[in-house]
Amino acid sequence: MSDYSKKILRVPSYSLLREQDADKQPVLVANNLGIDFGGLTAVDSFNVAIGPTEISGLIGPNGAGKTTIFNLLTGVYQPTRGAVLIKGIDTKGMHPSKVTRMGIARTFQNIRLFTDMTAKDNVKVGMHKDIHCSFFSSLLRLPSYYKSERAADEKAMELLEFMGLADVADVKAGSLPYGVQRRLEIARALATNPAILLLDEPAAGMNPSETAELTAQIRRIRDTFQIAIFLIEHDMNLVMNVCEAIAVVNYGKIIAKGTPEEIKNDPAVIEAYLGKKEES
Amino acid sequence: MIFLIWLLYIPALYLVYGLRLALAGMGIYLHTFPTMLLHGAVFVGVYYLIKYLKKLLKVKPRIPANAGKRDKTISVYGLVTVGFTAMTALQGYGMLSRSMQGYLVPICAYVVLALSLNLVVGISGELSLGHAGFMGVGAFAGIVAATCAQNAVSDPFLRLVIGMVAGGLMAGVAGLIVGIPVLRLRGDYLAIVTLAFGEILRSLTENLYVGLDRAGLHMSMSNGGVQLQEGGKMIISGALGATGIKPISTFVAGILLVFFTVAVVLNLVHSREGRAIKAVRDNRIAAESVGINATTFKLKAFVISAVLAGMAGALFGLNLGSVQASKFSYTTSIDILVYVVLGGMGNMLGSIISTVVLYLIPEFLRSLADYRMIMYAIVLIVVMLCTWSPKIKNTISLFTYTMRTYWNRLFRKKGGSGK
Repeated sequence: MSDYSKKILRVPSYSLLREQDADKQPVLVANNLGIDFGGLTAVDSFNVAIGPTEISGLIGPNGAGKTTIFNLLTGVYQPTRGAVLIKGIDTKGMHPSKVTRMGIARTFQNIRLFTDMTAKDNVKVGMHKDIHCSFFSSLLRLPSYYKSERAADEKAMELLEFMGLADVADVKAGSLPYGVQRRLEIARALATNPAILLLDEPAAGMNPSETAELTAQIRRIRDTFQIAIFLIEHDMNLVMNVCEAIAVVNYGKIIAKGTPEEIKNDPAVIEAYLGKKEES
Repeated sequence: MIFLIWLLYIPALYLVYGLRLALAGMGIYLHTFPTMLLHGAVFVGVYYLIKYLKKLLKVKPRIPANAGKRDKTISVYGLVTVGFTAMTALQGYGMLSRSMQGYLVPICAYVVLALSLNLVVGISGELSLGHAGFMGVGAFAGIVAATCAQNAVSDPFLRLVIGMVAGGLMAGVAGLIVGIPVLRLRGDYLAIVTLAFGEILRSLTENLYVGLDRAGLHMSMSNGGVQLQEGGKMIISGALGATGIKPISTFVAGILLVFFTVAVVLNLVHSREGRAIKAVRDNRIAAESVGINATTFKLKAFVISAVLAGMAGALFGLNLGSVQASKFSYTTSIDILVYVVLGGMGNMLGSIISTVVLYLIPEFLRSLADYRMIMYAIVLIVVMLCTWSPKIKNTISLFTYTMRTYWNRLFRKKGGSGK
């Protein structure tokens, strides 16, 4: 704890922390994170610290490196420089599945569900690390198997109900409508019992009323599970509505950080999105 | 359309050559030009057959979203039980021919092989072409173990169990050794490498010499490497294989192994591990994002499958007086794969049925002599059409759904919904 907090205190300017979270240990810290693909620097000196119950956003023009940052945070890519700390522990060299076990869950920009399995089974796969039933007791169908399955079923149904998916529990994930698939992906991510949830464009392809619903849903997730949420989104309505802090990236670098109001009026952000005003 | 024709090419070839042979049987000999005409005629025939079938099935059948979603577990156990009861009853009344009695144990072995391969191909989603290799390892390990236990254990059934356990263990070890490098690959590459490893396992057993004497077990990879004391006995002698085995496999043991396999596979599929394996099959990246180590679970499925194949191999090997390693070449692997594919990937019930049917067809058709190939081809065409075309598949499931609904209406008070 002490070693870790020293690290954070040394770099207070990283923080996206809300005021009420300032005294708490951040769940996620990216320390000077960077990755090169061959000669191309995709992400460079990316610094954030996210508080335990904070909703923060990551925005930027297309190709700015937002999804690459998510892949770095979840261990899909190994960073060339810098480190990712989840609850104060460095995830360097960890397999993505191990990183997830540390308490980070994510959804994908292009939905990645287990299409041939039912919605309920998708959520139960998400609970994989919390089902403690040994291989042999499930092969022999010992009482512990039934006990753990029943508990898993109950928790999966609770989560599906929470996301409004209870009536499609037995439908194959691949045959669900698009919006429902997005919600199912969030349910599956929540099933891993994370400390921080990363959402990669959760509102992509949604109409305004669906987006409004999603906005409320994101807040409900935070309030119910008391977890941090970090999201990538192009829909500015959603971002400005739901996020308490925003980081803006362009060409793999953070160009601005702050509250939605500050971001709205930041000249660097306006330039990145709309281009520079020509001197006449 | 073109794809379908291409898919049917092999069965169509069977058909052409079968027809040719049949005509030859009637005294009509075809030479190159008429054969080409025959080729053309068969192709055109198949084309119009498909076109006609398509027209016939133009109406898209509507199936309720949840139809056919019932748990098939009970039907699988039921089918095995019914099959066993029927066969024992027929045997008891002496209504089973001698050759049919001889098929019972191999059928059990092949059913187990198909089920275990289905675990890799259907559930884990990797195409493995080396399954017969594990079967071979299991067969020879089982034979060696059963021969070693000959003096210590007098009960043949117990000896068979020892053989099966040894076969399963050895094949499991082989599966682990093969699986660790192979499962780093994906898709076509994996299939090719499993084919190679299957052949490696076969050629290893082809060069293996094992002998037993009072001093214990002797093993060598070269002829003459095994020097036995007096009274010693060669168990496996290279390419000649294992000879002079006492056949101890029985139909009951075979059925018990089938039950064991069904239990292992189905319990696995419905457990935490099984869900993880299916998740990796459906989407590797997403599976890793929820904390599943993809390689571990692929390896688990692969090793379990190898163990079961090894046990089936031991059952198969201990059923015969002599076994050669050449039996476990890739043609056997392909045979097993055909059973799995035609039975439906991931469909255990289908695997059992298709194995029994496809194993028996060539045997039954022996009496037809030259017509045998035509019949086999026709069966393959029909089954391929049924499994490939979504429309025919839909029609079949609509049919079974309707039947089930009627059944429920007739025999259950609260019926009508098929559930």
